[in-house]
Amino acid sequence: MLALPPASQPAPRRQLFVGTAVAGAAGFMLIGGMMATWLKFRADAPVRESLKRGFIKDWMPAKIVVPEVAANVMLLGLLVVCVMAQWAVYSAKRNDRTHTGLALGVTALMSLAIINAQIFIWTQMGVGAKDGAFHSMFYAATGTMTVLLLSGLVYTAVAAFRYLGGRTKEVELVSAHALYWYFLTAAFCAVWFVIYVQK
Amino acid sequence: MTSIETHLPTDVSASTPAIATWLTTADHKKVGRLFIGTSFVGLVAGLVLAILVTFERINADSYQILSDNSVPQVLAAVRLLLTFGTVVPLLLGLSIAVVPLQLGARSNAFPRLAAAGFWTWLTGLGLALASIIGNGGPSGGNSDLVDLYLAGSIVLGLGVLMAATSIAVSVLTTRAPGMGILRAPLFTWSSLVGSLALILTMPVLIGTTVYVYIDHRYARAGFGGNTGVNKWIGWALSQPFSYLLAIPALGIVLDVVPTIGRTRLAQRSAAFGAVGVVAVAALATVTQTSITLPWDGAKFLDNAGTKIADLLPFLLLNVVPVLGLLGVLGLSLLTLKSGKPVISAPLTFVLIGLLGILLGAAAHIVGLVQDAGLSGSIYEAGVYVPITFGAITIAFGGICYWGPKLWGRSISDKAAIPLALLALLAIGLDSIPYYVAGFADQPTGLVNGFSYSGPQDLWNALTCAGFVVMLLASLAFLGLALKSFTSGAVAGNDPWDGTSLEWATSSPPPAENFAGVIVVNSATPLADIKSASSNGKVA
Repeated sequence: MLALPPASQPAPRRQLFVGTAVAGAAGFMLIGGMMATWLKFRADAPVRESLKRGFIKDWMPAKIVVPEVAANVMLLGLLVVCVMAQWAVYSAKRNDRTHTGLALGVTALMSLAIINAQIFIWTQMGVGAKDGAFHSMFYAATGTMTVLLLSGLVYTAVAAFRYLGGRTKEVELVSAHALYWYFLTAAFCAVWFVIYVQK
Repeated sequence: MTSIETHLPTDVSASTPAIATWLTTADHKKVGRLFIGTSFVGLVAGLVLAILVTFERINADSYQILSDNSVPQVLAAVRLLLTFGTVVPLLLGLSIAVVPLQLGARSNAFPRLAAAGFWTWLTGLGLALASIIGNGGPSGGNSDLVDLYLAGSIVLGLGVLMAATSIAVSVLTTRAPGMGILRAPLFTWSSLVGSLALILTMPVLIGTTVYVYIDHRYARAGFGGNTGVNKWIGWALSQPFSYLLAIPALGIVLDVVPTIGRTRLAQRSAAFGAVGVVAVAALATVTQTSITLPWDGAKFLDNAGTKIADLLPFLLLNVVPVLGLLGVLGLSLLTLKSGKPVISAPLTFVLIGLLGILLGAAAHIVGLVQDAGLSGSIYEAGVYVPITFGAITIAFGGICYWGPKLWGRSISDKAAIPLALLALLAIGLDSIPYYVAGFADQPTGLVNGFSYSGPQDLWNALTCAGFVVMLLASLAFLGLALKSFTSGAVAGNDPWDGTSLEWATSSPPPAENFAGVIVVNSATPLADIKSASSNGKVA
């Protein structure tokens, strides 16, 4: 006589959501640590005289022009991504497959546009990482942020494939995905203020 | 009555070669053992290099084994191997293997992430060590290999982060029904706290390393080139970061003591607080390493207001962790006093290890008093080594304690206890002579070309002997563990008469750990089950 199988284990408590929150905390520390180092270098820089603003920190070389419009577009784009990701959660909770798919699709498209804007900034600035401390740190910080944005795009793709592939009960995945984009937006807010506004 | 087999067979290892099973496993017990096993390689290699360095310091000007250029690299390799090659994987491995069992879970959270964490950590460590061997690493002469060291450090950090994430999420989401966090075993709690500490600090290390890597590879303008590597990322290889790494070890102490003492842990909630206090204060200290204490000796009262303003942050950041450690020690002693402890290997190892950590932490406070003039002296090694050896010794105790559960066989107390005493000797030899030499102004980071009044060769010979003793103890422990876990006495499911859930399953546990779901009603669920069984009730 064969034994009955063991009772099934209760489902873990929102494992993916908690895991995403932990990953978000780690990512925020990554960007936070990098911004702190950036600010330390900026604070330690000598002072020089600017024609427009008097004495300023000699941190960003005067000849560099940062395309601020593109950086602002990135920030606004991320805010839109958050709305789209939350729309996906709203639709998924109502078992509305069409709108969930649409929301995830727009999220992916917007994140691609944001990454494109970052590449535009790099090409427009026309400086290399080897040109100085500011340059290497600029590429390191914005490059790390771009890697995180790419990971968000991958997360969106995975969420879309799983949800549209038939796992429509996995609302937690869509919620966790939205949480990840909230974290990315918060992280980019720090990058935007420190690197593109404060410089 | 007929029952039907409905579940799929879970043991697929019969048709798969053993090595392939280990290479592709996501079973938390195997991943944990991979971490533990690999850490012994790091420990032996690190101790051999430490012996080389300390031997060079004896009669410092009469012979030269290491060239002056290679000294920073070898010193970095020692720290890398002992910290990220030994302490981190030993404690992560124990957490990954044991915590899901303590939680009553079938598996850890994100098991593939933990497995990927192991291989990523191993790859990163291998790359970093390979770069040092090829004249890379901090102050290395080969530029490409310095880049490789930095890249390896990033990969290593990612691996640690992945494993820590799996542990933290396991504790937060897979506890058995009824197991609130305050009902979880202390090792589970300390693993959660230690993992969260790693999750909050490793990204900062990774981010800084990315800066240093890009700067070194392309610009060499802001971070000091190859000589700046240690300045920017060396904090992860020294005190107070080593506090954070040792946090899970405190949980091992607090789990072993009541079980071996055959009693309940005294002031259980205070124990949770003590571990938390150590973690929070150490985390704050890591971010404020420059807080030192300008004391000015007898002139203290002349400027009491300013002095108190200096004293408060110093006390909060550096003394509070020691108070937490004293709390752990005090609660352990109280528990042992109220119980009926027997001298056993796990108990001996964990108490000796705790003393080592406490010694290093107390010495750290003295080292930060500016008047002592210990900054830049070898005293700093006397802070790092006892904490590291203490954590390793406690982990050895953890292996003696949970080894029977993981392997199904026991380590002989009679053979293991002398090794704990050897570890105690090593901790003493690798701390007190360092303190004396530090007060005599022996510089850190140098192995040749220094001299000071006093028997400097004696102090350096004693530290060298300490590393030799630790190496012998580690090799003997490894041999004993290998022999015991392959052909030792069969342990039984509950060899220590434990009270937490890991002892409720077979030794070694099956693939999914538990046959059924255990509902927890107290902090000692297995004691409740035993009590219900003895009273004839269904558990």
